[in-house]
Amino acid sequence: MPHRTPTATEVRMFVTEAETTSFQPPTPLTRRMPITNKMEFVPANAYDGIPMYSILNRNGKLADGVEEPKLDKDLLVRMYTKMVQMNIIDQIMYESQRQGRISFYMTHYGEEGVLIGSAAALDDKDLVFVQYREYGVLLWRNFSVNQTMQQCYSTMYDYGKGRQMPIHYGSTEQHFVTVSSTLATQMPQAVGTAYAYKLAQKKQCVACYFGDGAASEGDAHASFNFAGVLGTPIIFICRNNGYAISTPTHEQYSCDGVAARGPSYGLTTIRVDGQDILAMYLAVQEARRFVLEQQKPVLIEAMTYRIGHHSTSDDSTAYRSVDEVRTWDEHAHPITRLRQYLLDRGYWSEQQDKDIKAAFKKEVLQNIKEVEKVPKPPISDLFTDVYKDMPTHLKEQMTYMLNHVQHYKDGYPVDLFAKEKS
Amino acid sequence: MSLTSFRFTVRALLRKKVSPRKLRWEQAASSCEMQKRSAGHFTFVPDTPSSSDGETARLNLYQAITNALDLTLSSDPTAVIFGEDVAFGGVFRCTVGLQEKYGKHRVFNTPLCEQGIAGFGIGMAVAGATAVAEMQFADYIYPAFDQLVNEAAKYRYRSGGLFNCGGLTVRAPCGAVGHGALYHSQSPEAFFAHVPGLRIVMPRGPIQAKGLLRACVQNQDPCIFFEPKILYRLAVEQVPLKDYTLPLDKAQVLQEGDDITLLGWGTQVHVLREVAQMVQDKLNASCELIDLCTLMPWDKETVANSVRKTGRLLVAHEAPLTAGLGAEIAAAIQEECFLSLEAPVQRVTGFDTPFPHIFEPFYLPDKWRCFDAIKKMMNY
Repeated sequence: MPHRTPTATEVRMFVTEAETTSFQPPTPLTRRMPITNKMEFVPANAYDGIPMYSILNRNGKLADGVEEPKLDKDLLVRMYTKMVQMNIIDQIMYESQRQGRISFYMTHYGEEGVLIGSAAALDDKDLVFVQYREYGVLLWRNFSVNQTMQQCYSTMYDYGKGRQMPIHYGSTEQHFVTVSSTLATQMPQAVGTAYAYKLAQKKQCVACYFGDGAASEGDAHASFNFAGVLGTPIIFICRNNGYAISTPTHEQYSCDGVAARGPSYGLTTIRVDGQDILAMYLAVQEARRFVLEQQKPVLIEAMTYRIGHHSTSDDSTAYRSVDEVRTWDEHAHPITRLRQYLLDRGYWSEQQDKDIKAAFKKEVLQNIKEVEKVPKPPISDLFTDVYKDMPTHLKEQMTYMLNHVQHYKDGYPVDLFAKEKS
Repeated sequence: MSLTSFRFTVRALLRKKVSPRKLRWEQAASSCEMQKRSAGHFTFVPDTPSSSDGETARLNLYQAITNALDLTLSSDPTAVIFGEDVAFGGVFRCTVGLQEKYGKHRVFNTPLCEQGIAGFGIGMAVAGATAVAEMQFADYIYPAFDQLVNEAAKYRYRSGGLFNCGGLTVRAPCGAVGHGALYHSQSPEAFFAHVPGLRIVMPRGPIQAKGLLRACVQNQDPCIFFEPKILYRLAVEQVPLKDYTLPLDKAQVLQEGDDITLLGWGTQVHVLREVAQMVQDKLNASCELIDLCTLMPWDKETVANSVRKTGRLLVAHEAPLTAGLGAEIAAAIQEECFLSLEAPVQRVTGFDTPFPHIFEPFYLPDKWRCFDAIKKMMNY
């Protein structure tokens, strides 16, 4: 067709009836694009905030007009006890770090509902990629307290062979990909795994957890966009706990949180009250049904609050008020809410509460006692697993180091480490 | 028969209307004519496949890559190929015909985002699939640096072997191309050679490219495969059609000699081959020419054995001098071969500047700069 300048009517047709004209853009937009003759910029605050799905109020009562969710008593009790167990492990391990027994720790205070609620709704074989504050998923999947301690104390029985900092858990049995400190790097990886699952027609999905701070990384953008474009069965779960170390969310983004970004990437999205474990459970359950059926991604933004310090290397009173923390701890705690819900229904008693807490405490302390006596891994584990098979130059370096340590025993804490396998 | 060679033959048959027997004869004849093709700073000399390699086809470097990818997709149902613009065949034609043959789910475009491509590939490999990711130019691999260095390289180590991304291979066109300037010429191998856990590989021609790429894909460590883009069309060889691999941890001695060892990789091997001839003609000295092939972990033994014999080592690479891979090799060899060395190890490399546009002929470690360095070493 010879080139000519389109008339005004045609230009308008180009927009309104793109499919019927030869002036169609090479790749059509994925959404309908209405036309306007008025110059109107879309204001930055054009859209109202995405509402937060919540069914359990602060007092553990169902919100007005909400139908009783049909959840099994055993499931509810298990969710509750796992949150409590997690909380106790956090308390003791935090103290353990304060006493210098382990080098580092991160608690999950306030976010127990997000973790246990979502983990309970996933299938235990769905592969989970996490940031680092997601121990609850492991615990839900029966990762042993003993193995938890072996990791934090870097013993020879740690699956990670003592190479990473405490709380960098990983387990194939629990389908929980090993934690790394780099923020958001797990996000495009999780999309890749979900794509592989799709190709293999595996009946599992992938869940990917991250914080509101990590969502600012370029990898978060990459993952949302890849997931949207390639269509992968993945559930993104954002823990929006108000802070990234000292940075409050108003210094993290100026949009409507993380959820608002979802639809713009083609992600089906919901915002959930992370302090309401029932809402969390129901939302993830529905998300899982959706991603498996549609083979498309879902984004869930769980609104929560980081009650604890960022880590044992952080004193959060330097940047936020103790009152603010207390308010959340006392009035919006996921554990308190669910306990009240259970008590109201006669599923749980104060005595059971006391007993189970004592039992959990005892279990952790016993394990610590045992694990503290376990040697660190053999020194040669410093050199293995860099590659699948050890290359020549690493063999040389390992031989050198083992000989060196033999000769300079006094200079190194050799007694703490396991003997080399002959 | 591979897809590429099949299409090539069919097209040739249609166009020339010749019998297959005559076509093969013509191919052989034209391959003789093509023995030497110059791109300015070097002359490509093809390798000869051994008679035991079976049926061969005349392929250039990009066709050899396509052939290796074709074999990958046909032999491994989990294998996928992805990156920017790979679906229509790639900006360098390396993936031509693969989407039609294997489907949109296995050969596909990604959004334009290198960190996403690398991360996505790692994730596929974590799931046990074979992921062959393409970075359009090695110059644009840096957005993926974090994923490759902090993630891919450390996956197996940090998880105690529970998880790994050994099924990942990242391909990236690299090196000078005559006019690529700052962002279409780089040789970033030294950045990655500093990272334990990665394997870095660079071929010098089609036969090697196919064998090494197949080895990278099958290897259970994450590999970065740098393809010298100037060789894509220019380097033509009779490439064996069967599926084969070449060892990843072995340097190749291409020419034996007694007086000096010349070490290079990628295009630079061809520069050094010419240099060896110049040295023979003008200085009456014999050079031992080595292609390092795998840059990390590199084959110290082969290089050291050669230097123990010759007493002299020249390393040449296109990348800048300071902290280039030549520095590592020079330091290791002086430590290993101190008593055998008759002259200091010399490095002839790109300068410590960005890679320039109009000044490329003055930037590259060409045959004259290599020859001059050798002359001085012989008189040391």
